[in-house]
Amino acid sequence: MLNAKIPAGPLESKWTDYKGHCKLVNPANKRKLEVIIVGTGLAGASAAASLGELGYKVKAFCFQDSPRRAHSIAAQGGINAAKNYQNDGDSVFRLFYDTIKGGDYRAREANVHRLAEVSTNIIDQCVAQGVPFAREYGGLLSNRSFGGTQVQRTFYAAGQTGQQLLIGAYQALERQVALGNVKMYSRHEMLEIVKIDGKARGIIARDLVSGELERHFGHAVLLCSGGYGNVFYLSTNAMGSNVTAAWKAHRQGALFSNPCFTQIHPTCIPVSGDHQSKLTLMSESLRNDGRIWVPKKQNDTRKATDIPEEERDYYLERRYPAFGNLVPRDVASRAAKERCDAGYGVGSSKQAVYLDYASAIERYGRTEANKQGRNNVSLEEIIAMGKEVVKEKYGNLFDMYEKITGENPYEVPMRIYPAVHYTMGGLWVDYELQTTVPGLYALGEANFSDHGANRLGASALMQGLADGYFVIPYTIGNYLADEIYSKAIATDHPAFAEAEKAVSDRINQLMNIRGKQSVESFHKRLGKIMWDKCGMARNEEGLKQAIQEIQALKKEFWSDVRIPGEINGMNPELDKANRVADFIELGELMCIDALNRNESCGGHFREESQTEEGEAMRDDANFMYVAAWEFKGEHQWELHKEALNYDVIKPSQRNYK
Amino acid sequence: MEHYTMNLNLKVWRQKNSASKGEFKLYRVENISSEMSFLEMFDVLNEQLIRDGEDPVTFDHDCREGICGACSMYINGKPHGPWQANTTCQLHMRAFKDGDTVVVEPWRANAFPVIKDLMVDRTAFDRIIQAGGYISVNTGNAVDGNALPIEKDKADASFAAAMCIGCGACVAACKNSSAMLFLSAKVSHLALLPQGAPERKSRVMNMVAQMDKEGFGSCTNTGACEATCPKEISISNIARLNQEYLMAGLTAE
Ligand SMILES: Cc1cc2nc3c(=O)[nH]c(=O)nc-3n(C[C@H](O)[C@H](O)[C@H](O)COP(=O)(O)OP(=O)(O)OC[C@H]3O[C@@H](n4cnc5c(N)ncnc54)[C@H](O)[C@@H]3O)c2cc1C
Ligand code: SF4
Ligand code: FES
Repeated sequence: MLNAKIPAGPLESKWTDYKGHCKLVNPANKRKLEVIIVGTGLAGASAAASLGELGYKVKAFCFQDSPRRAHSIAAQGGINAAKNYQNDGDSVFRLFYDTIKGGDYRAREANVHRLAEVSTNIIDQCVAQGVPFAREYGGLLSNRSFGGTQVQRTFYAAGQTGQQLLIGAYQALERQVALGNVKMYSRHEMLEIVKIDGKARGIIARDLVSGELERHFGHAVLLCSGGYGNVFYLSTNAMGSNVTAAWKAHRQGALFSNPCFTQIHPTCIPVSGDHQSKLTLMSESLRNDGRIWVPKKQNDTRKATDIPEEERDYYLERRYPAFGNLVPRDVASRAAKERCDAGYGVGSSKQAVYLDYASAIERYGRTEANKQGRNNVSLEEIIAMGKEVVKEKYGNLFDMYEKITGENPYEVPMRIYPAVHYTMGGLWVDYELQTTVPGLYALGEANFSDHGANRLGASALMQGLADGYFVIPYTIGNYLADEIYSKAIATDHPAFAEAEKAVSDRINQLMNIRGKQSVESFHKRLGKIMWDKCGMARNEEGLKQAIQEIQALKKEFWSDVRIPGEINGMNPELDKANRVADFIELGELMCIDALNRNESCGGHFREESQTEEGEAMRDDANFMYVAAWEFKGEHQWELHKEALNYDVIKPSQRNYK
Repeated sequence: MEHYTMNLNLKVWRQKNSASKGEFKLYRVENISSEMSFLEMFDVLNEQLIRDGEDPVTFDHDCREGICGACSMYINGKPHGPWQANTTCQLHMRAFKDGDTVVVEPWRANAFPVIKDLMVDRTAFDRIIQAGGYISVNTGNAVDGNALPIEKDKADASFAAAMCIGCGACVAACKNSSAMLFLSAKVSHLALLPQGAPERKSRVMNMVAQMDKEGFGSCTNTGACEATCPKEISISNIARLNQEYLMAGLTAE
């Protein structure tokens, strides 16, 4: 049985009670305890800085040349916090409730409540660090609204919130580096967990510049290595984002939870051709004002501006009159797919729908004219004024769209299509963020903990920073307090030698295949299988096929991949091969998980489980659990279940009609 | 937008590692779509090289949307290529036409040694930040976020400076390899906020000292940095940096 170690007592006092009773490590002992942190995005950098400040000896690793470049840097929209600065009825409870409901009742109440509680501290901490959040003229912090909520609780820094938060955490981290509390290893990739007597005691990392393998000891190991969306090849994730760290942990005994829960974001710039290497998100905030439509006629080849109003199908407004263009991400994504599959898609690929700002431009223009007290304004002038307003609100996004597509979105509607964006699944962790391997923790997107089957916008940044700044500094003490007698283990211990040999053998094996096909070509093929059969809609037959195809692909990869270059030196193709090999194994597990979960919930849509109108249907009687998979050997996993108990919130079917 | 395809001649800097001498190599890529990004064109080149049994070109990249600051190619004599306010990864092939020759080099500066091909070592920037590019506040020490109102203009100006992505194009563009634009962006970001005030003097002194130690050149106000910066960091930040430095120096005695 999985024990999540949720503290007893009423929901709202669990965390306070935990903090009041968990074990502590005194300052002198902290200096003797070493902590390894893999990943320095929001979760890892905030953890490394905070643990360094506390006095632990920290070693932090990232594969980029600097921690400032982690994937977190790309987050656009904002970060949630239950500050209720707008006096619009927000509270810790409401943020907790929205997150549980948004996650379609597949997240743990105790974790989510803690997240909502510490959310307010995050904003304070970031402001103190000098994060330049957007402000009102009175000098106070500004908020915007985001999907799935009725209050304004999202803090932001224009369209660069992730950048500003990460720079804040990065600076705090670099301060600890300067003080000697944290040692930073950039351009390093963790390739194995070292376990001694069942506990995580270190890692094997590869110096990506020299190609050398290194052994590092730690009394505890924290994985803050991000999400695995790139299993689909095309996603909005950075090119380097990968599952390798989490996957190594999984193969060493850490359970992997809900791998099939992936978030497909409805508003991304569509694929333009086979050369496409990644997809670009257009912030969710665009749906506040844009209207989404396709032509009423199939295969309509007219230009968007030539299609008259009555021949347009505003399908979200038609299907979901109550929420219209603002339905949650999963619902909007599936509706776009349904229209395109039925032959109504637009653009050269026919895999796109329009996001149209024409009516918003006119509406803002009229408001502006009214504000200026002018009637008798020509339509042209109104439109010019409207464009100015839209520019101020969304200018940077419109510019980004134009740079990529070469089209001017002020004149023609944008073309958008859903794309893989975030992974809710990840390493199973208990209330303390510890995996099923003692001493091994997972933070940020790498764990499964807080978002259930669907994540709300602006909640990933909140979770990463909550884990790193405010949760792990307490929970790790509870573990390390019992470790003060464990001396650092020398890295000539046989367990280190063995782990290093395993890594080195695998690298040699990969390099010696000397086949014909590039790593990239395998990654693309894996992505296509995943997107077609384990993407926005899944069914039994497709998933079974996908599993077969992935198994065959794995065989082919290990017998025909071609990796140029050398082992001893900078070799990005080798780095990529290591990652793609793990993605292939993960892909199989995702399909197995999707096949097992014969219900539709959040981002997971099983075609067998829908209403007559094609809406998702949850099955609480059979699936109200966290699926936690144990690795048993190649192509073999055992399912463990963690029952979800809703003591405070009553689950209901989501309805946006 | 009309799409088209093109054939290009590439002249690319190849260098095995920091110890070896580099040289230009010529390559030809065909059927490049105007819709590709510049890095996607390099993906095509690399697939071709792998197929032909050659070593692909190494370059830094990650987000491919202009925010991480990893990409760093010196294209036809300009850091990040011909477009204004743009990163290498955001440059698209419609900037070129059929038959063009494109010359691609790494950032060149003593403080940025080449690691391989087009990839350089920019850890000097991290060490400049370590010297003082932060506000010393431990986790848990903060007061309420709204306890300290900050004028919107100041906050906006601070944000404009904080948008720097640490790419190093300013250094690559400068004939002296000066890092003043990068450094001034960080000093301005923090100096414009009340939270940054207590460490204002030590910050600027220590960061400048570290910059000199790293071997960046001095600033002679040519403005090449501002003209090339993908985030349009203003050169007025350098004036602010000089002021801060002067003030700190005067009161340090
Ligand atoms: C385009 C985009 C926009 C987004 N916008 C928002 C938003 O507005 N609001 C919001 O809340 N969320 C947003 N998200 C989601 C959010 O950005 C991420 O979920 C979050 O930043 C993840 O942070 P992290 O610290 O867990 O991981 P990451 O930032 O991905 O960091 C992973 C770290 O692990 C390191 N690493 C990985 N593997 C290894 C290894 N094997 N060895 C060594 N190091 C390793 C990497 O180098 C890196 O430092 C967005 C996501 C995308 C893609
Ligand atoms: S100032 Fe501009 S050019 Fe220089 S590092 Fe920052 S973003 Fe790059
Ligand atoms: S790859 Fe991130 S800015 Fe270009």
